[in-house]
Amino acid sequence: MDFLQNIDITAIFYIVPSLIMFCCGVYGFMTRRNMIAILISLELMLNSVDINFAVFNRFLFPGQLEGMFFTLFAIAIAAAETALAIAIIINIFRATKNIDVRGLDAMKF
Amino acid sequence: MEATLPILILALPLFMFLFIGLFGNKMSHPVAGWLGTLGMGTTLVIAYTVAFTYFFGGSPEFIAENGDRLQAVIFDQTWLAFTQSLVIKIGFLLDPISAMMLVVITTISFMVHLYSLGYMRDHHGVYEHGFQRFYAFLSLFSFSMLGLVVATNIFQMYIFWELVGASSYLLIGFYYVKPSAVSASKKAFIVTRFADLGFLIGILVLSYYTGVFDFTSLTSVPAEGIADVYQVSTTTSEGIRSIFENSAAPTFMGASVLTWALVLIFMGGMGKSAMMPLHIWLPDAMEGPTPVSALIHAATMVVAGVYLVARLFPLYLMETAALDIITVVGAITAFYAAMVACAQVDIKRVLAFSTISQIAFMMVSLGVARPDFHEGLGYMASMFHLFTHAMFKALLFLGAGALIHAVGSNDYTAMHGLRKQMPITHITFLIGCLAIAGIIPFSGFFSKDEILSSCLGESWVVYTWMSAVAALTAFYMFRLYYLIFWWKEHETPQGHHAPKDQPWTMTTPLVILALVSCVAGFIPFGDFVTWNGEPYDFMAHFDWSVAGVSLAVAIAAIVLATVMYRKENSLPAKFKNAMPTLWRWCSKRFYFDELYMFITHSIIFKGICKPIAWFDRAIIDGMMNSFATVTNKASEAIRPMQSGNIQSYVWIYLIGALLLAGITMMCLL
Repeated sequence: MDFLQNIDITAIFYIVPSLIMFCCGVYGFMTRRNMIAILISLELMLNSVDINFAVFNRFLFPGQLEGMFFTLFAIAIAAAETALAIAIIINIFRATKNIDVRGLDAMKF
Repeated sequence: MEATLPILILALPLFMFLFIGLFGNKMSHPVAGWLGTLGMGTTLVIAYTVAFTYFFGGSPEFIAENGDRLQAVIFDQTWLAFTQSLVIKIGFLLDPISAMMLVVITTISFMVHLYSLGYMRDHHGVYEHGFQRFYAFLSLFSFSMLGLVVATNIFQMYIFWELVGASSYLLIGFYYVKPSAVSASKKAFIVTRFADLGFLIGILVLSYYTGVFDFTSLTSVPAEGIADVYQVSTTTSEGIRSIFENSAAPTFMGASVLTWALVLIFMGGMGKSAMMPLHIWLPDAMEGPTPVSALIHAATMVVAGVYLVARLFPLYLMETAALDIITVVGAITAFYAAMVACAQVDIKRVLAFSTISQIAFMMVSLGVARPDFHEGLGYMASMFHLFTHAMFKALLFLGAGALIHAVGSNDYTAMHGLRKQMPITHITFLIGCLAIAGIIPFSGFFSKDEILSSCLGESWVVYTWMSAVAALTAFYMFRLYYLIFWWKEHETPQGHHAPKDQPWTMTTPLVILALVSCVAGFIPFGDFVTWNGEPYDFMAHFDWSVAGVSLAVAIAAIVLATVMYRKENSLPAKFKNAMPTLWRWCSKRFYFDELYMFITHSIIFKGICKPIAWFDRAIIDGMMNSFATVTNKASEAIRPMQSGNIQSYVWIYLIGALLLAGITMMCLL
């Protein structure tokens, strides 16, 4: 495990997984049909952004905490948003017995 | 003179119009009718008082020390003040002709009000639909016509000129459910309106160059110039001749501004007085109720053109070219209308063309009047004929109305031999015919003789021409008379009441007007009305040779008519077959209506209006429509983007974000 000690942990080590997470989230958001899965993809994107906030705070402005606090806020808001989304999905399910997003195109034109 | 009575002359009919017009439906039919008649009767009394005071009062306001009659402005109220110089006033001008017109208008109007009480109901005594409206309109017309004749300035005259046109329109179209009446009212309005365009331009030109509107300054100023030209005395005081200096110099198409203004003003008179070629509305105007024809289209409104020329007569004397135009137009119209009247079947049409012909007589008389011939005899003769014609033509129209009311048709073919059934109508109609034919001692003889005398003063050509027209007049009137009252025994069609004389409300006006027509010729008219106010004793200058010739001509024409039409015979048919073309042209009114139809429809509508309408629809509207179409099509095209499918939005969003990112990177690198 020596090589690990020689490696200098830089920002790129955080940003790349975050990017992968984000792309997974986008991919999931666009391809999944189940609305719960879409919601999970959305959370994935949010979390990757949160990671970015924390990382940039840590590497660019050490000694300050704005990024960290922003992350905390984003997590709280994401939780609230999730609750809301779940409520909407439940209502949709009650109305249509279905949570396939392809069938939900009533709000067009 | 106090202004109270003159104001009442205008205010009473106006009030009656508003009162009957607004509350007529709340009253019963006879109340509305009698109220209107009573109002007109009061106006009649007041107008007579005013006219009597003017002519016989001897007030220094109205008569000069040497006996000349003066123009008096009773009141002159500012109506609209646009600028300091452009001020329009409403006033009351009293001079010989306006006082004379007050008498004529109120007399005829009162007779017509009374007569309509009987005419506007059927044989069972049921009043016609819109009876109250009819009386309201009659009052409106009386108000407008009275306002026209007492106008102190040319703008007031124009305002009331349009008002009489409007009330004429309303009354011609009184039977508004009849398509022919509707189109006749529109025709009358449009044709006279077209002529009034000329009148308005004439007013604007005249007032632009002179800077004044009121008749007193307009007519007194040239009177001085006339005194120089014709070497006669005038009554006017020192004027400001300079107001015409501006208009003398500029010319347009070879004529001076003043000539143009006067000819254009005369065009307005041509429209109202039905001079050729603007006469086409008057025969159609007979679609209105017959009392209306008597009041508006025989006695009062149609002579407004003559009155206008008479009002501005001193100005016309400045430009004899304009007077010559009036003479020519009048002479042609008189002959044309008399020819057409000989071949009409509808008795009201005959009377309408006769009216046109007689008004043309008045015009000719004004056109030939010159101060250096018998002190402007033509002017006096014209006004005299206006007066007598108003009486006997109203009589004839009211008589025709009684016949139409009794028979239920306008054509003489349905009448024939009515002399026994309707004796009062017969006698009064005969008196009217004798008066218009110019038989001594009926009123038409004197006035027509004055006109012929003054024509002789101008030239023997005009005199001969007008004498021929006078002969035609006698002929067609007696043709009409014989075909109505003689020709053969009357046959009442199955299911009709036998015709009889009408109720007293209709016969009284006939008798009164017939009496007036008998005696009006003996009025010493020259003492009252002359062009410069100076009394003129025409009996002293009476030309018995002219009178004898015209009398002989009239009697000859009557004899001819008697031979042809007294008893049923084949002579008229022979005449007709001998000159089929002439007959056809006369009965078709020389195809004037067809000519107008051709000009308006084939040339103006097809040639001018249709291309313009196409331009409007295709280019102007098309441009706007194409904006709308393009917007619509574009919207349709991008509408599917709003599919409602969230994931497709994400795709679009993503592509957009990537594109933006790419562009930003490109720019940065």
